Amino acid sequence: MSDRLFVATRNGVFTVARRTGRARPRWTIARAQFLGDNASMVLPDRREGSVYVALGHGHFGVKLHRSQDGGRSWEPCATPAYPPKPEGLDEREPNSGRPILWNTELVWALERGHESEPGTLWCGTSCQADGMRAAYMPPERQGDPDVQDPHHMVQCRANPDVLWVQHHNGVFRSTDGAVSWHEIETVKPAAFGFAVAVHPDDPDTAWFVPGVSDKHRIPVKGRVAVARTRNGGRSFQVLTQGLPQIHAYDLTYRHGLDVDETGDRLAFGTTTGSLWVSEDQGDSWETVAEHLPPVYCVRFG
Amino acid sequence: MARVTFTQNMQRHVPSPPADAPGATVREVLERVFALNPPARDYVLDDQGAVRRHMVVFVNGHQIRDRVGLSDLVPPDGEVHVMQALSGG
Repeated sequence: MSDRLFVATRNGVFTVARRTGRARPRWTIARAQFLGDNASMVLPDRREGSVYVALGHGHFGVKLHRSQDGGRSWEPCATPAYPPKPEGLDEREPNSGRPILWNTELVWALERGHESEPGTLWCGTSCQADGMRAAYMPPERQGDPDVQDPHHMVQCRANPDVLWVQHHNGVFRSTDGAVSWHEIETVKPAAFGFAVAVHPDDPDTAWFVPGVSDKHRIPVKGRVAVARTRNGGRSFQVLTQGLPQIHAYDLTYRHGLDVDETGDRLAFGTTTGSLWVSEDQGDSWETVAEHLPPVYCVRFG
Repeated sequence: MARVTFTQNMQRHVPSPPADAPGATVREVLERVFALNPPARDYVLDDQGAVRRHMVVFVNGHQIRDRVGLSDLVPPDGEVHVMQALSGG
């Protein structure tokens, strides 16, 4: 059971703590750090009890900081950097044709390595994409594994062969360790979005925060909702209790939703600075904040 | 000896006091300064050792031309200013 949340935003890192109140427990902001700095990622690393923050300073580049005391104090640590670019190499981005600079522009993904490799972090992951569908490509290329756009992929801790993907064009699930994927077409109120979380002990339970579509990156009908399945995607519930249901235009980015290690507590933060926590698997939500900077990453730890 | 000063906005992240360093080129002068203040290097230069896209270096008031190789010459008593580019607002 996790009583603490780390939230990385466009203008700082916030630590949110669960406080036992008289009537009921409340989640409140306990610390605001790196204020004014663009914090693209935060990662609590339970393997060694440290917390990492990735900053993108604009002028001064990307920096990584680490805390060994649960986020009270921070010190700079080594930042992921490209090796020297080989002389004469002409490497270009396939879409724009611009040269690839071999320079770290942004840490937009940060994950722990395996339990057996403490200290190893990943700044990006990839997956096989057989079975995914790219509607933004010509018909003969839509099934091409190399053109897919999986926004976010999560793996069930208890059953690692089951993975879920929120893709640009919908939701996909694998039951064979990401070798192949099948599309889940029952998501309500829409199948577009960025974030996905899977229950650590139940591979059939997963949560999404849908938007209308890639062309309309806002909640359906201005109502913030979380979609939950408990049966591997055969059906979904639309969870709205405690979430704004009128003129709400919060978008949740791919690292903006997290589930704790019990699978009971969830949290998500949005582009318009809202942050909500649930202690009952999404049935009801408590508002933690409504005016944070745009939220990039929410993590229990 | 050239005199090197860093933009005030950098001091919040990494203390970078003015420093004197010998050297014939911007590269030689800056690398001497960074040798004594290693954390400052990554704030000014990118992964390939070029001046970061939104940073600028001046020698005696003139913006340097070679942002990749930093081969611009520095006079013996030159003043090197490392500043932020005003890019965007």
